[in-house]
Amino acid sequence: MELFKLTAHELHDKLVARETSSTEITRAIFDRIEKVEGQVQSYLTLTKDLAFEQAAAVDAALAKGEAISPLAGIPGALKDNLCTTGIRTSCASKMLEHFVPPYNATVVEKLAAEKAVFIGKVNMDEFAMGSSCENSAYQLTRNPWDLSVVPGGSSGGSAASVAACEAIWSLGSDTGGSIRQPASFTGTVGLKPTYGRVSRYGLVAFASSLDQIGPITRDVTDCALVMNAIAGHDHRDSTSVPGETPDFTKALGQNVKGLKIGLPTEYFGAGLDPQIDTVLQKAIRQLQDMGAEVVECSLPHTEYALSAYYLIATAEASSNLARYDGVGFGHRGAGDNIVDMYKRTRTEGFGAEVKRRIMLGTYALSSGYYDAYYLKAMKVRTLIKQDFDKAFEQVDVLLTPTAPTVAFKIGGIVDPLSMYLQDVCTIPINLAGVPALSMPCGFVNGLPVGMQLIGKPLDEMTLLRVAHAFEQQNDYHKQFAPLGGI
Amino acid sequence: MKITTQDVARVALLSRLDFGDGEMEKFTAQLDDILTYAEILNKLDTEGVEPTAHALPLQNVFRDDVVYPSLDREAALQNAPQAEEGCFKVPKIVEG
Repeated sequence: MELFKLTAHELHDKLVARETSSTEITRAIFDRIEKVEGQVQSYLTLTKDLAFEQAAAVDAALAKGEAISPLAGIPGALKDNLCTTGIRTSCASKMLEHFVPPYNATVVEKLAAEKAVFIGKVNMDEFAMGSSCENSAYQLTRNPWDLSVVPGGSSGGSAASVAACEAIWSLGSDTGGSIRQPASFTGTVGLKPTYGRVSRYGLVAFASSLDQIGPITRDVTDCALVMNAIAGHDHRDSTSVPGETPDFTKALGQNVKGLKIGLPTEYFGAGLDPQIDTVLQKAIRQLQDMGAEVVECSLPHTEYALSAYYLIATAEASSNLARYDGVGFGHRGAGDNIVDMYKRTRTEGFGAEVKRRIMLGTYALSSGYYDAYYLKAMKVRTLIKQDFDKAFEQVDVLLTPTAPTVAFKIGGIVDPLSMYLQDVCTIPINLAGVPALSMPCGFVNGLPVGMQLIGKPLDEMTLLRVAHAFEQQNDYHKQFAPLGGI
Repeated sequence: MKITTQDVARVALLSRLDFGDGEMEKFTAQLDDILTYAEILNKLDTEGVEPTAHALPLQNVFRDDVVYPSLDREAALQNAPQAEEGCFKVPKIVEG
């Protein structure tokens, strides 16, 4: 099989057995990019020289008989909101068109220490605000399964690059579903870890109490491997969780016998495409056949989550994005006085969706409205979090759709509120801070369907356990998007 | 209407953003839609419910008082739109 079609763990085995080299793998990926990137447009920046340098270093280590870590020599893509020293980090915004960070995000440092190979920086919705990748200021990324539909967002480039075999693994970020929904739309595995599990240092902030970095991969084993590389406490992120990080690969290769899986009724209601429901019901029966106990449960405040989220996330965004003032870095507009300069800078530098969210957040925080909107939303957040606490007294893991539909047409959703409704199944998880994983569980009209597994705080292990057991019974992860001769 | 064009103009000033006339009305309508949708929160009685700002119960995070490397001045200024004599340069702030 072509090298670009293999997973990280398969490639690692080949490297250790000296059947291939990191340079060959990296070349295979760049050849593949050459072939399909014109159609998919995942990448904003390619770091070819760096990638071949990193690959050569791993090959040299192998030649000397040194042991290598699981991701050493394996090429991956980084979402363009992760700071990379000396490599442009644009957040797909005109505001940061020429921004070259003087430091690395912690996750980038950690992957570099593992000797992973960096192929480049991938497209996203501007400042991670969007659900389709259409809000990029630079280019439209297309879904490898069908070039007329979106790859999802905001980590659309991360998901598309992995699904199109232009990267073996990728990192995304997830504030309200931005890893899981694109994973769902592209038939890949995406994990949003527990809030605090992975350091956010060097992740360009959108909504700081909700943002988390996580992997998008071809299978569950690779997801565990990337988690092993990136998780852990970081003194540079005071919200990162202190204490030991488990070896996530220990969750693999187990069964689900006796495990209690909850189906929250609110997620299987009216808005759900019946064809997706059919696919999910089949997956649920399969898990039952494998020995899991499936019970219905309730997260009664689900219907309030979207409103609470769009007030909290925009309030935090309006504050975080105040830093783009044309002074320290980023775009500067011309202005004779300071206020004029600020206005020109921000009006020219931000796209429409970012402006809309800054406005909404500023309004929700402004004098006279703070109690009615922001404070109210934070109280509702408490109720949503308590829903999950109560559910997890009864069950080990929750199972839901990742998105209410399969990937939609490019340009198919224009109204902002309708776009926000795309995130209805993923948003409550960020508000509660719990971990959740999306994995492929079937197809509707040739497009992948994602199943979301939600876990207790810091219990990514159980998610990976269920996901891996389910994956072993199926071959969805071995199907490839029909693109570029596959 | 939850929000008027005057409200939007006030928030635009606070946000340091400018909108043209046509844009202003479009934004007002869109923000109004979203705020109307958010009215659903008022159906919930949240009397006595504590707000949650953060999902993690972490408070007063301390670390040992050790010096770590930090950015030097040159690196900190490398992305500045305008810099002079080791400082960020901005348009005049105080008149006179």
